[in-house]
Amino acid sequence: MPHPGVPRDWFRNRDGLGLWEGRGKVVATGVGTSPTARRWDEKPETSMGAMTIIAIRKAIADAGISPDEIDGLVLTPDSTTGVSNDPNTPPPPGWEQHFKMASFPQAGITRGDIDWLVQNMPELKNVKFMMNGAICMSVSFVAAAEAVARGLTKTCLVVRGWHNLAGRYYVGVGASALDTASGRGKYASIWGLPACGTTAMVFEEYCRKYGKNHDQMANFVVTQRRNGLMNPDGYYSQHRPEMITVEDYLTARWIAKPANIYDNDLPIMAALAVVFTTPERARDHKQKPVYILSHGQTRPEFPGIAPTLEQWEQSTDRMGRILYEGAGVGPDDLAFENMYDGFTLFHQFHLEGLRFAARGEKRGYALDLYETDIGIEGPNPVSPSGGNNGNGRTRWWNHRDSILQLQGRSPSQIKKKAEIGVSGAPMPDACDALIWSATPPV
Amino acid sequence: MPKQSPIPNALDKPFYDACNEERLVVQYCTNCHRYQFPPQSACTRCGNNASVEWRQLSGRGRIISRVVVHDTPTSSLIPGQPFNVAAIALDEEPDVIMLSHLPGTPVDQVPIGSAVEVIFEPTPATGQKVPEWRVVG
Repeated sequence: MPHPGVPRDWFRNRDGLGLWEGRGKVVATGVGTSPTARRWDEKPETSMGAMTIIAIRKAIADAGISPDEIDGLVLTPDSTTGVSNDPNTPPPPGWEQHFKMASFPQAGITRGDIDWLVQNMPELKNVKFMMNGAICMSVSFVAAAEAVARGLTKTCLVVRGWHNLAGRYYVGVGASALDTASGRGKYASIWGLPACGTTAMVFEEYCRKYGKNHDQMANFVVTQRRNGLMNPDGYYSQHRPEMITVEDYLTARWIAKPANIYDNDLPIMAALAVVFTTPERARDHKQKPVYILSHGQTRPEFPGIAPTLEQWEQSTDRMGRILYEGAGVGPDDLAFENMYDGFTLFHQFHLEGLRFAARGEKRGYALDLYETDIGIEGPNPVSPSGGNNGNGRTRWWNHRDSILQLQGRSPSQIKKKAEIGVSGAPMPDACDALIWSATPPV
Repeated sequence: MPKQSPIPNALDKPFYDACNEERLVVQYCTNCHRYQFPPQSACTRCGNNASVEWRQLSGRGRIISRVVVHDTPTSSLIPGQPFNVAAIALDEEPDVIMLSHLPGTPVDQVPIGSAVEVIFEPTPATGQKVPEWRVVG
């Protein structure tokens, strides 16, 4: 059964909207994270769907509530940006002995599905509000926040799983292996850029404009891994618990120079679920509520085949303005930023758009900031979650950690007092972001 | 560079037909007085589909950035890596970006900021020509 997407008028995507109407009326409480894996071994019990069920049960238990209390579910059904199966590809042998089937065979395997989840989780008896937040979990967080604020759901799960099939990410498979190219991707794809290619191009422009260089990224990338290794739920902690050094980064192989292998996140399997509710209901939850002060959205204004530096700077500036206007706070109020780092080389656009740790600067300062103390012990914690680069590719470690930081229980807890933080993903010109607070707004 | 052959559709057929005639055409909105690429069913600024027409361009642009690809996903290009991919801003509309392998420019020696002119390169599978760019001056 198709479920609705997010209504367009729910998105805060322009200046002049004032304080968010839901400011302080929605909180996050329980957080549940599945185990991680590098790739799927085709067993039902380790599938993306199985991981998602684990995450949901953990979130409910973490909130200290009964599954009966869940009356809403917002899911990001897209479970990778890598290789996937056609939705009608039959499941592997044994699948139907483990799970009830939904309307298409790949539900729970290479695509999330609300109906599949509800059918396979009999304890979710009272889910009435259901919505898809397509493409990115950031969209689902925004959708759930609006839904709770509007009274459409009282206690809502926000959910996303990731699958990762065998084989390299896109390389020599699917459309990349053909001698022709179709669809809208063909205008750029025939030049053979890897996924990080356009990001690397804009980074080049940035470096030339501001007199910076790729080597200045080293401390940021190393710190991401350091932060990620503090997280027992992260992929590297669980499977590859080794630090990387500045030397490793500076000598790493190129993917699309100036982007090297460490500038690209590692595809993994994992799932996250978070419980959103109202402050009043949160009094009965086990975990400290984290308030949502505002959310914002940017999308490419004039979509081309490759962004420009100007477009990314304008988009991220706009995101900063929208968020701060909606939340009633400013850059100096942020204890940390947890913006997306899927390609490390665009993280600074998000950071600068928020003017995080700016000393009167507007642009061009982030790589200098990276070369200072940006660790969790320091005055300006940059990406304390470790992000995708520290934990594996999910697009939600940053959101998860923002909630945990403000609850005082992050595995990479910042040492300064965590009152207000921000998280968002993915791209500088296609982003959904939220400002979170440990206390209700005044 | 043995690129994949793009398969035209109803929307972009004028672009690819012009490429085969070695002409560069791009959509132009007569309402907003701006060019746009890739082709869309309407102007991405004003949303008007009646104001969009195809116009021929000078075929001149400028290199605004580049990467050197060492790990392409595209099977046909793997044997030729590493290779340049440059972002070209068109003279008539710097917001319109096209990509190029910069034929004739050595790998990792891309002169950022240099002027380029369009040439047209056939693709192996169907012979469809696509725009490429070479450094001039």
